[in-house]
Order: sequence, then C-alpha cells, then structure tokens
Amino acid sequence: MMHLPILPILLPLLAGILLLLLRPLGLQVQRMVGFAAAFALLMLAVWLFDSALVGQRQVYALGDWPAPFGITLVFDQLAALMLLVTAILAVGALWYAIVTEIDAQGSHFHVLFQMQLFGLNGAFLTGDAFNLFVFFEVLLLASYSLLLHGGGKERTVAGLHYVVVNLVGSTVFLFALGALYGALGTLNIADMAAKVAALPAEREGLVMAAGLLLLLVFGLKAAMFPLYLWLPAAYARTSAPVAALFAVMTKVGVYAIIRVHGTVFGADAGNLAYFYAPWLLGLGLITLVLAALGVLAAFRLRFQVAYLVLASVAMLLIAVGLHSETGLAAALYYLVHSTLLAGGLFLLADVIVRGRGTYADRFDPGLRLPHHALLGGLFMLAAVAALGLPPLSGFLGKLWILQAALEHPWRWAVLATVLMSSALLLIALARSGSVLFYKVKDHADAADPELPTQIPAFGMSLVAVVWLLAAVPLLVVLAQPVAEIMQQIAAQTLDTAGYRAAVFDPAVGGK
Amino acid sequence: MELLIALSIGVLVACGVYLVLRASTFPVVMGLTLLSYATNLFLFAMGRLAIGVPAIVRPDAAGYADPLPQALVLTAIVIAFGMTAFAIVLALKARGETGSDHVDGKGGESS
Repeated sequence: MMHLPILPILLPLLAGILLLLLRPLGLQVQRMVGFAAAFALLMLAVWLFDSALVGQRQVYALGDWPAPFGITLVFDQLAALMLLVTAILAVGALWYAIVTEIDAQGSHFHVLFQMQLFGLNGAFLTGDAFNLFVFFEVLLLASYSLLLHGGGKERTVAGLHYVVVNLVGSTVFLFALGALYGALGTLNIADMAAKVAALPAEREGLVMAAGLLLLLVFGLKAAMFPLYLWLPAAYARTSAPVAALFAVMTKVGVYAIIRVHGTVFGADAGNLAYFYAPWLLGLGLITLVLAALGVLAAFRLRFQVAYLVLASVAMLLIAVGLHSETGLAAALYYLVHSTLLAGGLFLLADVIVRGRGTYADRFDPGLRLPHHALLGGLFMLAAVAALGLPPLSGFLGKLWILQAALEHPWRWAVLATVLMSSALLLIALARSGSVLFYKVKDHADAADPELPTQIPAFGMSLVAVVWLLAAVPLLVVLAQPVAEIMQQIAAQTLDTAGYRAAVFDPAVGGK
Repeated sequence: MELLIALSIGVLVACGVYLVLRASTFPVVMGLTLLSYATNLFLFAMGRLAIGVPAIVRPDAAGYADPLPQALVLTAIVIAFGMTAFAIVLALKARGETGSDHVDGKGGESS
C-alpha cells in the first residue's frame, strides 16, 4: 500500500522504455505491449479510485525526504478521478489507433503514447509546483510529437504554432514560479498555502501578480480566452486518436487551477482568498460565447468538434469560478462527461471522414454514408449530450452548474450566457447533422474520383467510439451515486487544511 | 549588482518577445532562447543574490546561498535545451514542407 501512489507514474514510464527496446521486434509486438500497458493502467486506476474513495489522502515522499524539503506526491480523490478518466480515454484512443493502423504512419507512436500518459499522471499526482512544471514539459514534449504523427503540411504548420505557443507558456510558467519562490521561499503546494496564510501585507501584491501569471499559464493550457487560438487548428488537424487523447489535455489546465490556486489561494489565504475566481468566471463566460460562435462558424466537422472542446472547457472554468462546493462538484461531473464525450466525438468524426472519401469532413453534401443509420444515431446521441439537451449527461451537468450559479451574484450573466450559447450550439449541430446525414446526393458526380463503399475496420473502430460514448448514458443511469461521489471529491478538494496536514504529517493522511 | 541583473533580465525578455513576434521561424527560435536565458537568470536571482558564499554545508561558512534555485535552474536549462532543439528541427521540417520560413507557412519573407 505504501508505494501505490507512484505506480501510475512508473507503469507508463517503464512501458515506454520497454517499447523503445522492443522496436526491432516489429509493430505487432509494440501494439500488444502498448495496449497491455494501457489496459493495466486502467485496472490500476480503477483500483486506486476505489481505494481513494474509502481512504484518506496518501502522501508519498520521494527518497523519504519529508515535505517541504523533498518532492512529494499527493494522491487524493481528485487525482484518482483524473487518473481514471485519463486511463479510460487512453484505452479507447489506443484501441482506435491500432485497429485503423494510424500508429503505423510514423515511428514511435506507442512510446510517445506511454510518455504522454507518464506526463499526465505525473501532473495529476505531484504535490510540488516545480514538478508540476516538469511533468507539464514531459506531457507537452510527447504531445508535440504525437500531434505531428503522420506528417503532412497542415499538421506541421498547426504543430509549429502549438509548440511555439506552449514554449512561451513554459517561460511564463517559470517566471511565475520564480516570483512565487522569491516571495514565499517554497514551491511545495501545501507549504505555499501555509506561507500565504501568514503573508505580510507588503508582499501581497507580488504574490497576487505571480498567482495571476500562473493563472495565465494554466489558462493557456486550458485554452481560456484570449489564449485559445492555438486549439482549434491543432486539434482539428492532428490524427483522430491523438485528438481524442488531447481531450484530457485542456482539462489538465483546469485541474492545475483547481489544485494550485484552490489550495494556495483557498479559504485560509486572508486577503488573497479566491482572488482568482472572478477572473476565471469572467474569462470563462467570454470563452463560452466565442466557442459557441466558433462551433456555428466552423466549416469542417473536426473544427466543430474542436470548438466543442473549447465550449466544454469554458463551462468548467465557469463552474470552478463560482468557487462553491456545489460548483466544484458540478465541474467534476461535467469534466468526466465532456472529456470522454469529446474523445468519442473525435473518433466518430474520423469514422465519418473515412466514409466520405474526398469530401472528408467539409460540410458539403456527399454520397450516403455506409452504415448511415448507425453513424447518424451515434452522432445524434453525441450531439445531444454535447449540447446539454435532456435526457443525457450534458443536460444534468449543465443543470447542476446552473444550479450552483444561482447562489452567485453573477447568476443572471451566467444563466443568460450558458443558455444562449447552448441555443447557438443546437443550431450549429442541427445544421451539420442534416448536411452529413440527410442532404445526400443520389449519384456520384464525375468530380468525385473515389468514394468508399465500405469503411475499413468499421466494426473494430466503432468499438472504441462506443467505449467512450458509453460514458454518456452511464453518467445518467448512475447519476445519483456519481453525484454523491463528486460531492465527496469536491469536499475533500476544498479541505485545504486537511491537505496541508496530510503533507506535513504523513501519519495524518498516510494510512 | 541588483540593477545590473534586473536590467539584463528586462532586456533579454524585451528582445525575446520582439523576436518571437517576428513570425519567422529563425527569429522565433532565437527569441525563445533569449526568453529561456531570461527565465534562468530570474529563477537564479529569486534565491537572493549573494557573492562568495557556499551552497553546501561547510563548517567554516559564514552564510549560505540558497541551493534550491540553482537546482531549479539546472532543470530548467536541460528542459529549455531539449525544447529548443525540438523547435529547431520542427522549424526545418516546416521550411522543407511549406517552402517558406513564415510560421503560417505562407508567402511572407521566404528565404
């Protein structure tokens, strides 16, 4: 039990190194080992989630150096939830990459995939702001290469933008960490929270500036207004399984805001308590409006899905910006729903693209798709869930967020923006669905050189789509127990005094 | 010394931001490099500036320099090197594929 919190970090790292060594044995071996590692990670995540729900926080001191001198990993319910969502998404995305042979389009796909998981899991588990930076870099470096996987001119240009924007983001991250270290003398999150609680008044300005700088960085990862412009092209132009895995990358930014800002500038922070929340709420509202307009204006299905990811991140920022326990619980419910749904939508969009031949994902009337009823049904299901119409999980999530917003002074702004943007999404998705599935041509034109009559590996690739989209009905059927779990997680996350106690005294939280 | 350090960081950041905004891959990579130099100096200075004091425990030491920023700077340097190398390779790839060194891959200042 003692070494459990570090396993989700070690497993993908060791699997990645093993895959690198296995390369001479060919792709089939790499596929089996890579998928087995992802599946083992899922099993581990389920087990850890289960043990996190009944137990307390577990603190793992690397090298047995006590906090705040050493590197600490903190495993709590929020981290366990993020690990579980990532593992579910990874299994679906990896399965899709294998059955459609997208992993064969370039070298080292499986190694990079495991490294990406290594970085993600590390970012969720670390209890130290500098290690958060290091794990961010690990997951970003893997994501740069995965984004470019398969090559192509459009992908290279989108990748260049993504890399440069994130490198500048890393620089700002270091400036923020430097300023925080200069003002507080520590980078351990729990220790920072303790130092902020006892901060002399003349340093408040500096710490606040550093906190906002950090919010800027996390906002960049989460694609918050005005730092979202890199997202649509990068997500729309990469390969489908990579885009599906990236559905969790924006949520890492939101997670970091909840974890770092929620702990350091939490209820005990005196004058600085929750100073970031109005920023988050305001920028979230603007992001939501722009995302809805982007969904409406998109002329390609994959761009539309990318803007839907943006809309879901905006909802999360709003829910976190409400800074109430209900708001956070609603945010976590919506986070699980939107991450798995976005992953499923990217994969579904790719299946549709492969069925439309040269029309790809442009909103032009093409020939009738193979398996159009099944694909149309799945698209409808996913669209209804993404919009937040009853009876699917998007509706419950949005309703819960709106309910939490009713206690906030900005409730009318939140209500109006969320409902108006949902209406815009409805119009946009109804249009794209009708173009893709209803407005079809009877005969192929001379201008259509080759149109597929079958989608290759259709059944197998649909398994991955259904695996991810299954979360939508499941979150409705199990709404009551899931909501209770989310409330429990939110309560533990907001208990920053307990977090600090667990980090400083392993006997408290380390059982 | 404080003024000198502050000025160097400021000038490095200003030049870095200017070069990154040039929207042409070579200046962008140069700008990123300058920005990473600035962050390294900044991190280092955040441990308080001290001259001639050791960072490791010595019986005859009068005072100690803060060792943590030095460890952080080392990590940051390694990461910045790796990232810059990646950005250079990617810029070369983009140059080869789009035939232009503009970051959008369009006309502009093709070299």
